Amino acid sequence: MGHTTHGSTRDYTHDPDAKKRFLYFALALIILWPLLQLAEFNPLAFFDRSNWQVMGNFLSQFFPPNIEAGFLQLVFKATVETLAMATAGTALALLIAVPLGLAMTFSLSISRLGPADGHGVRKFVRSIARLLMVVLRGIPEIVWALLFVRVFGLGAVAGVTAISITYGGMLAKVYAEILESSNSQVSRALILAGSGRVGAFLYGLLPGSAQELASYTVYRWEAAVRASVIMGFVGAGGLGQLMDQSMKMLNGSEVSTILIVFLVLVLFADSLSWYVRRELA
Amino acid sequence: MNIEPARQFCLKCFIHTAALLLAVAASFAYLSFNPFKFFTSESISQLALYANRFFPPDVHSAFLGKILKAMFETIAISAIATLLATVISLLLAIPAAGKYGKKTKEATRFFFNFLRSVPELVFATILVLAVGLGPFAGTLALTLHTTGVLGRLFGEALENHPKTNAQALLLNGSSGAQSFLYATLPGVTAQFVSYALYRWEMNIRMATVLGFVGAGGLGQMLYYELSLLHEPQAASIIIAMLTLVVLVDYVSNKLRRVQMHNQG
Repeated sequence: MGHTTHGSTRDYTHDPDAKKRFLYFALALIILWPLLQLAEFNPLAFFDRSNWQVMGNFLSQFFPPNIEAGFLQLVFKATVETLAMATAGTALALLIAVPLGLAMTFSLSISRLGPADGHGVRKFVRSIARLLMVVLRGIPEIVWALLFVRVFGLGAVAGVTAISITYGGMLAKVYAEILESSNSQVSRALILAGSGRVGAFLYGLLPGSAQELASYTVYRWEAAVRASVIMGFVGAGGLGQLMDQSMKMLNGSEVSTILIVFLVLVLFADSLSWYVRRELA
Repeated sequence: MNIEPARQFCLKCFIHTAALLLAVAASFAYLSFNPFKFFTSESISQLALYANRFFPPDVHSAFLGKILKAMFETIAISAIATLLATVISLLLAIPAAGKYGKKTKEATRFFFNFLRSVPELVFATILVLAVGLGPFAGTLALTLHTTGVLGRLFGEALENHPKTNAQALLLNGSSGAQSFLYATLPGVTAQFVSYALYRWEMNIRMATVLGFVGAGGLGQMLYYELSLLHEPQAASIIIAMLTLVVLVDYVSNKLRRVQMHNQG
């Protein structure tokens, strides 16, 4: 206090932390350099004349978007296909998620409540279920799609199976977590009183957590819509496949139409999911 | 003794459930995809045959070295893209927070929304044309999308941050830039860093698949090996992807727990 009034020589216009900040900055640069090398970071590529020409031609075709009746019909079909893929995929995902989630969740674990027969076996089954879930959801859906296209051929079937597998894993994890975080007193009482686990789930856990479970499922459907658009890039049907074809032919006006439809579709899925989740709440 | 009245028949619930079931049935019908016929012994044996070709995965040290390099490339793509996007969105968040009037605010927000709603893979296909095949195109694609996401979050955080500290510096005669750097920025740094780290986590996952359109990393390698029908090699790459994703998940969970612990 009072340094300045007593005419101290200390210079307050400089950052007192300047040296430390400079050191951190230099350290960051040293770490960054090999990363830049690995990513082949080369802004000069932007100014390459031939690249510019291809890209410029392509982008200039974006206006106006292609609105020929024949093409719009194709786009409409692909849009419906995308929505159908997301819906069917989510429905199949439930077939994986519900049993896996129930098998995994600790709130229905009898061995957690007290000494039970076959504790080791139960624990083993539960960890197998967890491992399976990690593999299912750890591999991105587009990788599954890429693999399934080679089995089922080009088209929506590969996309639906890919969504059901990845989202089955994700839903199972979240279902288990929701069940674990909800009030487990009733289900515990039921199990202790000798009810089976299915009964304990239906009468003890489900009433309290049904709304949250449904709401998360709807949210996943919304994510599935976005994912099904993308999966077309590896040939798994829907809008993405159409966009991929137009991209490969460098047909900018078609790409811009599809892009617009895509944005509208995502907006639609967003608002539908928001509406349903509000209704559920 | 049951004191609760029995549940009334709920017409609305009935209609909603019927509509939902109808939508699911219509979806399967439209795709001519019959889930009951799908799991026949024939299709399952076909799947098993295909899966069999992936085993055993290729574990030659030369190939593993290539995978490791592609893994680092994936991490580099995501790290640089996140860093670039953080810097750009930090700069653009100032107009997005309404510093230069309502019109610029609306314009920047629209720009962010546009960037956010175009998927990374679409950006990547366009950028591959602009800068050629390779990780640089992937980096730029991720940067564009991430800028949209982070810009919006940063803008909102800046707007909601109390202005008292910045005003105190301004009233004491410091410049606008000084008040931003020494009063506003330190207040939001923690939030910004956690947003950026969260995006980095998502970007690592995204960077593994951007390669499908030729934008570098593990994805490009997988796409290449699968086109050559080299399934054992593809299996090793998929295992590497899985390892990366699980590792990132684990680390971020741990960090989140530490952070939550620190904040009480």
